[in-house]
Amino acid sequence: MNPTTRRWLPHTVALAGLLVLLYPLAWLLATSLKPADEVVTSLDLWPSHLEWSNYTTALDGVSGVPVSRLLWNSLLIAGGAVVGNVLSCSLAAYAFARLRFRMRKAMFAFMVATLMLPHHVVLIPQYIIFNRLGMVDTYWPLILPKFLATEAFFVFLVVQFMRGLPRELEESARIDGCGAFRTYWSVTLPLSRPSLITTAIFTFIWTWNDFFTQMIYLFAPEKFTITLALRSFVDQSSTSAYGPMFAMSVLSVLPIVLFFFVFQRYLVQGMATSGLKG
Amino acid sequence: MSTVSTTAPARPDRPTDPRPPAGRRRRREQQWPAYVFLTPWMIGAAVLTLVPMAVSLWLSFTDYNLLDPPRWVGLRNYKEMLTEDPRYWRSVGTTLLYVVVAVPLKLGLALGAAMLLKSLGRGRAFYRSAFYAPSLLGASMSIALVWRALFNDGGTVTEVLGSLGIHTGSWVGDPDLAVYVVVLLTVWQFGAPMVIFLAGLQQISPELYEAAALDGAGRWRQFVSVTVPMLSPVVFFNLVLEMIQSFQVFTPAFAVSGGEGGPADSTLFYTLYLYERGFTASHMGYAAAMAWLLLIAIGVITLILFRTSRSWVFYADEEGR
Repeated sequence: MNPTTRRWLPHTVALAGLLVLLYPLAWLLATSLKPADEVVTSLDLWPSHLEWSNYTTALDGVSGVPVSRLLWNSLLIAGGAVVGNVLSCSLAAYAFARLRFRMRKAMFAFMVATLMLPHHVVLIPQYIIFNRLGMVDTYWPLILPKFLATEAFFVFLVVQFMRGLPRELEESARIDGCGAFRTYWSVTLPLSRPSLITTAIFTFIWTWNDFFTQMIYLFAPEKFTITLALRSFVDQSSTSAYGPMFAMSVLSVLPIVLFFFVFQRYLVQGMATSGLKG
Repeated sequence: MSTVSTTAPARPDRPTDPRPPAGRRRRREQQWPAYVFLTPWMIGAAVLTLVPMAVSLWLSFTDYNLLDPPRWVGLRNYKEMLTEDPRYWRSVGTTLLYVVVAVPLKLGLALGAAMLLKSLGRGRAFYRSAFYAPSLLGASMSIALVWRALFNDGGTVTEVLGSLGIHTGSWVGDPDLAVYVVVLLTVWQFGAPMVIFLAGLQQISPELYEAAALDGAGRWRQFVSVTVPMLSPVVFFNLVLEMIQSFQVFTPAFAVSGGEGGPADSTLFYTLYLYERGFTASHMGYAAAMAWLLLIAIGVITLILFRTSRSWVFYADEEGR
């Protein structure tokens, strides 16, 4: 290979890969704006004219529940999950990373082991518990567990981050008379911000996308999330409804795309460190 | 652990701890805040993990439909599952095929892409983010629906293949091909392991490559003798992680299969069948038994991977031990 080829080949391969990779997203956007008769007949991504009525149809939502309501419901659940995970996981992580207590090693080992636990093993009893508590068809089963640090992945992520922080600041806070709680709140927590932001973003996106749990616990259409509403398109395979269906799909991934553009640095970094230190 | 039991007299701390030995009172004071910090986690671990695990194990030996009290049936669920239920084995077969095909493909692509990005220099950060994006979107129902459309009659993939002379018809409607729609959707999300691989590659000291080059190693030899061993812990981590996740795939399977595992049960993934038996047919005991067998299967495979890892995973900091 001559030097010019060697320099340009990787860039060419990367660009080609990018185009293949982004094609489904381009297709999604294009289809959401196509008139019904062009969806299947033309592979051309660019519509002959932009069919905005797909979006006005999509905004009407599903089963009489408007999309604004569905998006709000999703936002409510994802927002609650974010608050819960950031609070509970950082509390547990601080104890594991900085405090000494009986059974610390055993508890930490248990926490790490639950990383590998398939959710299905606890699914049915959890459902029974929430059913007994009268919480089925409410948002509690989707939010409450997040306040109890059940997502070990995030506890682990924040523990790893806190272990990397210098101890000096915390020790001087201790010497100045701060108790464990003051130290946690005013020193460790602010320093851990990057890992907490990573936790918040991943929690938001995963909760937003989570279909299985929402499907199991929510029944009333007015409580549906945008993800659940898309389910009604699963049963029908006629291509005539493609426009509105994918218009609604675009609306449902929009928040994730926004989050990605704003926070990509934290996402990529968080992913990289969680893997290497594990 | 350097805690003091209530009966034993105070011992000095372990030699590794530089702090002077403290009295019993001081230790007590240090202990209780830890439990306050841990209270939410401990409640969650007990009420939402440990107890449910035990309950689901017990339920797996019962017949339970959520309305009537559970009825003890011994090993009947397991016996029915393993010897009398062809759909169970169908779901095991589908899931294994999916895991065995999708995980190596995804990790291979992730490693290739990571090495490509490392050689890029300028533009690396951009491509890293762009390649990562599908990992965030891939789990969503929207993208699963897109995939179903792309591989359906008149979808881009079938049309493009058709124009090349390969007439597959709808992948989604073909019992032999439907599972690969889910495989390809998984492989599309190679960005997450790629990011981990790339971080691992960047931690390999350039001196190792320089030394290998001085010894006359070509690019392939450098890859085999430096990159592979130095990266093997990261490969192992990704392999375990992806394997565990792949066994639990649900949303794309649900979308591609029309929610029921079709056509001809060819996309009846394990979790889909578990959902169907437990929540659609109200056989909670049967579903609990399925969940426990899944846990055991994942546990056994993880254990095997850990055992074999001793012969192929290289930990630099353990060298010469």
